[in-house]
Amino acid sequence: MTPYERPVGVHPPLDYPAYRSTEFRAPKKAPVLLPHGLTEITGPVYGSSPVTAADADLTTRYPQEAMGQRIIVAGRVLDSDGRAVPDTLVEIWQANAAGRYRHKADDHPAPLDQNFDGAGRCMTDSEGRYRFITIKPGAYPWGNHYNAWRPAHIHFSLFGRAFTQRLITQMYFPDDPLFSQDPIFNSVPEEEARQAMIAEFDLGLTVPAWGLGFTWDIVLRGRSATVFEGG
Amino acid sequence: MSLPITPSQTIGPYLAIGLPWPDGSFVVPQGTAGAITITGQVLDGQGKILPDAMVETWQADEDGRFDHAEDPRGARKPQTEGFRGFGRCPTDENGWYRIVTVKPGTFPGPDGGTEAPHLDVSVFSRGLLDRVVTRIYFAEETGANAADPVLAQVPADRRDTLLASAATPGEYRFDIRLQGDRETVFFDV
Ligand SMILES: [Fe+3]
Repeated sequence: MTPYERPVGVHPPLDYPAYRSTEFRAPKKAPVLLPHGLTEITGPVYGSSPVTAADADLTTRYPQEAMGQRIIVAGRVLDSDGRAVPDTLVEIWQANAAGRYRHKADDHPAPLDQNFDGAGRCMTDSEGRYRFITIKPGAYPWGNHYNAWRPAHIHFSLFGRAFTQRLITQMYFPDDPLFSQDPIFNSVPEEEARQAMIAEFDLGLTVPAWGLGFTWDIVLRGRSATVFEGG
Repeated sequence: MSLPITPSQTIGPYLAIGLPWPDGSFVVPQGTAGAITITGQVLDGQGKILPDAMVETWQADEDGRFDHAEDPRGARKPQTEGFRGFGRCPTDENGWYRIVTVKPGTFPGPDGGTEAPHLDVSVFSRGLLDRVVTRIYFAEETGANAADPVLAQVPADRRDTLLASAATPGEYRFDIRLQGDRETVFFDV
């Protein structure tokens, strides 16, 4: 059984003081290396779960359309070997156009939208493609430091095909002036990896007279390159 | 070919909008004969409960098999009707999670030996920039645990942080401590 790659320096360190909530939550002791056995190289497969086309459109499930800039967010789920990850569940959640979440803990004084709940799901197709229709989320303030604002983002949750590939991340939008002051975005140590979280504006995906297209590919850990077949 | 991997970001405080599933806690359907429950609290370094975390579990079936193409013994439908191997439970306002499942079987380890019954666990929360991964083992499986190749890598004085025990048969307790004297053992997966 081939283990999965162990990416070094890609993911943020757990201990990252600039993001204050890490202080009492990031474990202090060094983790124990877990060899990749059967529990790790397998994982939940949801090829037959009841996800409907309506789950991938966040704008039209209420009597009126959601308020805001209509966008199409689409791309592929791949692993780092370049293989597509087909039939895998992609879940998203986000703030509305005003930067407010429909959540009891969100006390940002921005309007709620009765026609937008901010949650979506879809399955990738046979080539690993996903596609959502939503509205562009607003930036929002938070209490991390004085005048802290999160850049506009969409939260993404992915399974891949193995426990090792499970990933929760955030998709950002190009040219956001708020990146420089955001400790969550900047917790990712490498510039190339930070850029990998930013979607690209895509005129080809943009629907004329209707909505803007953003393309974002998600790359999960692939198989380790250190194991060679004999011969 | 090697593409750059997409980095992890925190799940944030608003996961309840998109991630809870109505049947998330149920690895096996409610009322399954022989089902066990695993409940516990997720705690921070000050001993405070986390009301905004999410716990996920993944495990073999009662025979130690995975209904998955990567199981070298072949994918096989579980004997337990409706078993899906996967559980997901956000913590409640008092920091509790709950998983209803069956005890997994043993199976061969990657480098020889036999892995004791266990569940792989991911914990996500605000303040965690990446998931943390641990394992739930069963305290009464003393023989299998003593032979487990993963537990053997864990410092002996910390192994008890990975053991669920049942005061009442079938009702296990497993707390997750992110920091502190009894910090749970987390794994680099
Ligand atoms: Fe957010």
